[in-house]
Amino acid sequence: MDARGGSEAVKMDIGLTVNGRKYQASIEPRLLLSDFLRDTIGLTGTHVGCEHGVCGACTILVNGDSIRSCLTLAVRADGMDIVTVEGLGTPDHLNALQTEFREKHGLQCGFCTPGMLMTAMDLLKKYPLATDAKIREGLSGNLCRCTGYQNIVAAIRSAVSLRNGSAS
Amino acid sequence: MKPAAFDYIAPNSLEAAVKAIAAANGDGKILAGGQSLMPLLNFRLARPSVIVDLMHIPDMSFIERRGDTVAIGALTRHADLEFSDLIAQELPVMAAAMPHVAHLAIRNKGTIGGSLSHADPAAELPMLAVFYGATIKVQGTSGRRDIPAEDFFVSALTNCLDPDEIVFEIDFPVLTPHAGWAFEEVARRFGDFALASIAVSLEVLDSRIVDARVAVMGVADTPRRLRQAEDALRGEGEPKTAGEFGKIVRACVSPESDIHASAEYRKNLIGALAERAFTTAWTRAVGAKP
Repeated sequence: MDARGGSEAVKMDIGLTVNGRKYQASIEPRLLLSDFLRDTIGLTGTHVGCEHGVCGACTILVNGDSIRSCLTLAVRADGMDIVTVEGLGTPDHLNALQTEFREKHGLQCGFCTPGMLMTAMDLLKKYPLATDAKIREGLSGNLCRCTGYQNIVAAIRSAVSLRNGSAS
Repeated sequence: MKPAAFDYIAPNSLEAAVKAIAAANGDGKILAGGQSLMPLLNFRLARPSVIVDLMHIPDMSFIERRGDTVAIGALTRHADLEFSDLIAQELPVMAAAMPHVAHLAIRNKGTIGGSLSHADPAAELPMLAVFYGATIKVQGTSGRRDIPAEDFFVSALTNCLDPDEIVFEIDFPVLTPHAGWAFEEVARRFGDFALASIAVSLEVLDSRIVDARVAVMGVADTPRRLRQAEDALRGEGEPKTAGEFGKIVRACVSPESDIHASAEYRKNLIGALAERAFTTAWTRAVGAKP
């Protein structure tokens, strides 16, 4: 028996917006935001790889900034506006970045893809990404175990060109 | 890979947070950005009975010029420092170092107060605090005190705080505006903890170094200011060359071997980084290569 078993009964109410939809839930304080998204509200697009902030698969946007959802308690997301990979586009209407990932074949098994996309969304917003070296620097916190980085970088390169208004 | 259960307290004042952590009797943990604490909780390497979350305390996130210092609130995120015009202008070595702090998603959450308190010997912000001679301001149940950065870091992952004390602000003195400066770091992958890193600032008048500041990390169990190297640069006679400075810095450190790099490699590396940093700082100071 865990001496602190009593703490498990204490739940907290949170309310937050995910991909434009409002959610209310009563959760344990120790629940990770990644598990809240996947298990509590059933959005399994956010993948969980290492669960200690190294692999980047669980990256999401909170109030516009990319963060690791496995390194955040769900209680801290109370009142926040979250976007997960499900909020970027749909299979029929991919967003611009997703389209480039498809065009350039920027994935192999696809496990790291949600994290790559959410990271790239934030990189595209905040950095010039003038060279492939800078794109690789930006992606250094996201691991692709298939090692399919070439095409991921190529997809983001295309997205940078689109963003800069000089599609190549 | 899930945290053990804990009581969660999110006070809305620093005073209440200090009381809550004091009441935990050493079995509580302060949560700021969580980018070091959360992995420890997930692995259950840390199993505190109480988490005191600082996120609802107002006015703990700011970057302000105050006289000759830049005051930074403890909850200021790494990304806030990275993209701050004031930091770029007044603390250029910090601005140059910030992109090396982990990855964007970590910088969007991690805080300066958290990084200093965690006291990783290969983290950039503790080294910057030592380099600039920052003052770390803390509050505990018995009141506030100011701690010089060099006294704050005791050993690897250990700071000098009492269990009831919380960092609320860090004051960074602005160095001479016209000094040349450089920051150099090598990590196994971009964004990883540094194998070795050096920060250098030089004030040059008539081709003579009249003031110098040198700090290193990754080569001891805390970041270190190298006063011996500073004195050597400042000495009379011909200014030192980059190669001579590299030798001086190598002689000042005695790193340990670990799984990432041998002591010998680290010692060579810090010397090579010192040479690069010297050349860059000198060039910035006088507008020409040494």
